[in-house]
Amino acid sequence: MNDKPAILELRNVNKSFGPIDVLHDISLRVRAGEVLCLLGDNGAGKSTLIKTLAGVHKPTSGEILMDGQSVTFVGPSDAQGRGIATVHQFGGTFPLMSIGRSFFVGVEPTKGWGPFKIYDRKRANEIAVKAVRDFGITRIDDGDRLVGGLSGGERQSLAIARAVHFGARVLILDEPTAALGVKQASHVLRIVNEAKRRGLAVVFITHQVMHAMAVGDHFAVLIRGAIAADFRKGERTREEITDLMAGGETMADLEAQVDGYMETHAGHPPSLPALEAPAAH
Amino acid sequence: MMDAIRSVLRRPEAGSILSLVGVVLFFVLFGGANLGTLVGAASWVNFAANLGMVAIPVGLLMIAGELDISIGALIPAGSMTTAILTGYYGLPIAVGIGAALAIGVAVGLVNGLLTIRTSVPSLIITLATLVAMQGVVLSASVLLTGNASVALIAPDWAKFLFGQLIGGSHQVIIVWWFAFAAIVGFVLHKTRYGNWLFAMGGDKVSARNAGIPTNRMTIALFVLSAVSATFVGMCQAILFNSAQVSGGMSFIFNAIVSVVVGGVLLTGGFGSVVGIFVGTITFAIVSQGIYFTQIDRNWSNLIIGVMLLAAVLMNQSFRDLALYFRPRRNRSLPREPANP
Repeated sequence: MNDKPAILELRNVNKSFGPIDVLHDISLRVRAGEVLCLLGDNGAGKSTLIKTLAGVHKPTSGEILMDGQSVTFVGPSDAQGRGIATVHQFGGTFPLMSIGRSFFVGVEPTKGWGPFKIYDRKRANEIAVKAVRDFGITRIDDGDRLVGGLSGGERQSLAIARAVHFGARVLILDEPTAALGVKQASHVLRIVNEAKRRGLAVVFITHQVMHAMAVGDHFAVLIRGAIAADFRKGERTREEITDLMAGGETMADLEAQVDGYMETHAGHPPSLPALEAPAAH
Repeated sequence: MMDAIRSVLRRPEAGSILSLVGVVLFFVLFGGANLGTLVGAASWVNFAANLGMVAIPVGLLMIAGELDISIGALIPAGSMTTAILTGYYGLPIAVGIGAALAIGVAVGLVNGLLTIRTSVPSLIITLATLVAMQGVVLSASVLLTGNASVALIAPDWAKFLFGQLIGGSHQVIIVWWFAFAAIVGFVLHKTRYGNWLFAMGGDKVSARNAGIPTNRMTIALFVLSAVSATFVGMCQAILFNSAQVSGGMSFIFNAIVSVVVGGVLLTGGFGSVVGIFVGTITFAIVSQGIYFTQIDRNWSNLIIGVMLLAAVLMNQSFRDLALYFRPRRNRSLPREPANP
């Protein structure tokens, strides 16, 4: 897989806002048919990195390459035009609009001519419903239903299907499973796999290690704006990744403390002060 | 049959239609109003047409997530401009009409530009232009004419177009209102521009990212509402052969109540022109139709308040109905397994 050329690549990218350095020397590549998982705790610089990939921020230094060519995104619409689509946590769709209407916002199909060019509701609904169903969400069958009535997972799926339909090559998914229940999240993960199967390059941002491991081919852990670890599927265990994200051994320490406390306290979990002052026991 | 009722209830205008039926029934059953007299009465239709001409663009703005209350000052601005230029200075009526509409364009541009350039809510921006325009209209009128009320005489063609009483009782602005509602209804519900408005009201950032010219649309909407307001003022001046600096303030709340009763979501993204139209009629019947009943007219505001609450509550539950609706005929289609 390593021999495939990267669709999108960052080379030694730095980003500062005034005196504050947010991203340090980030180098990443994402290939067609591959899922790159970006893992990181809150404040690790994930959203700045996404916005740099999506053309919202320009790198302070370093290079962005698409298909091996150095590019500069003028703005988010430029990045979109080059096939980079970002899907946000809640799908970025319009709750009180119908599936067909929201699918085609900005690019509505019309029929007729001149001032009587009217929105082609039937065609919009058919295309939108087909696009979502092709991704395996067969529960969506009526393009007149309002987006707000869909479940969180269905909304994410709709947004992803929309991006793919409009020619996205790189899909940036910003915490798509964060607000979802177990079943809904598995729907979304299935959609991610389907996008991968269709040859899209997927950047999957999450802090849920289980979700990342279910779909990821390649992982990068972000800590305080720098890539702390970069590894391929199967090279690390879940515990190792969690520890990395938490910035070292803290999680293992905490677990050891909890286990120790429960052994000496008839299986009761500790209260917070007890954890902070374990020497008392 | 039940399905047909349900599909009507899911529409944004459902609450306003039920409110209208409720109000008319109340007036007929408890107020002793004669249904035929009430429906045929010119008073509430004239009231509705003047109100409706501003309620429609105010409703469009609300759907797009904005609010315009400067209309309250622009109605007298329109009538005073027409009257001062033609009645006081003796210029041709076309100049007066053109200037009145131009003032609408100018104030609309200011409202729109301030809204897109600043992060100040449009309610506050138009509140500022409302108060400022009241000052401008009063000062200009006193400075130029030494009076707060100006008379004018319009030529026949202008009377025919803007100030005619059809059948001696129905103002010609009713025709304008019907045409305006039909055109705006077509644009909002049948063209892509309508879709853009709903998207803007739903989520402005996503709409802009989807390539919708949100700034241009916002400015155009503010210009439309300001021009509509000066248009109403201009028609009133030509109809009554005079203009006053006061008046117009009641239009602000009346228009917002009509629009909200009509099922437009105050925060944007949902509504219909039919709803705004029916909401305006409902409001007009409550405030003017009460004269045809034995109910003391002082109660009309109470009825409006109750109706507003009832309509908003109905609109909310109908919106939920629309949100969680799944058509029955499709339930037999194969579903994906519950747990893949």
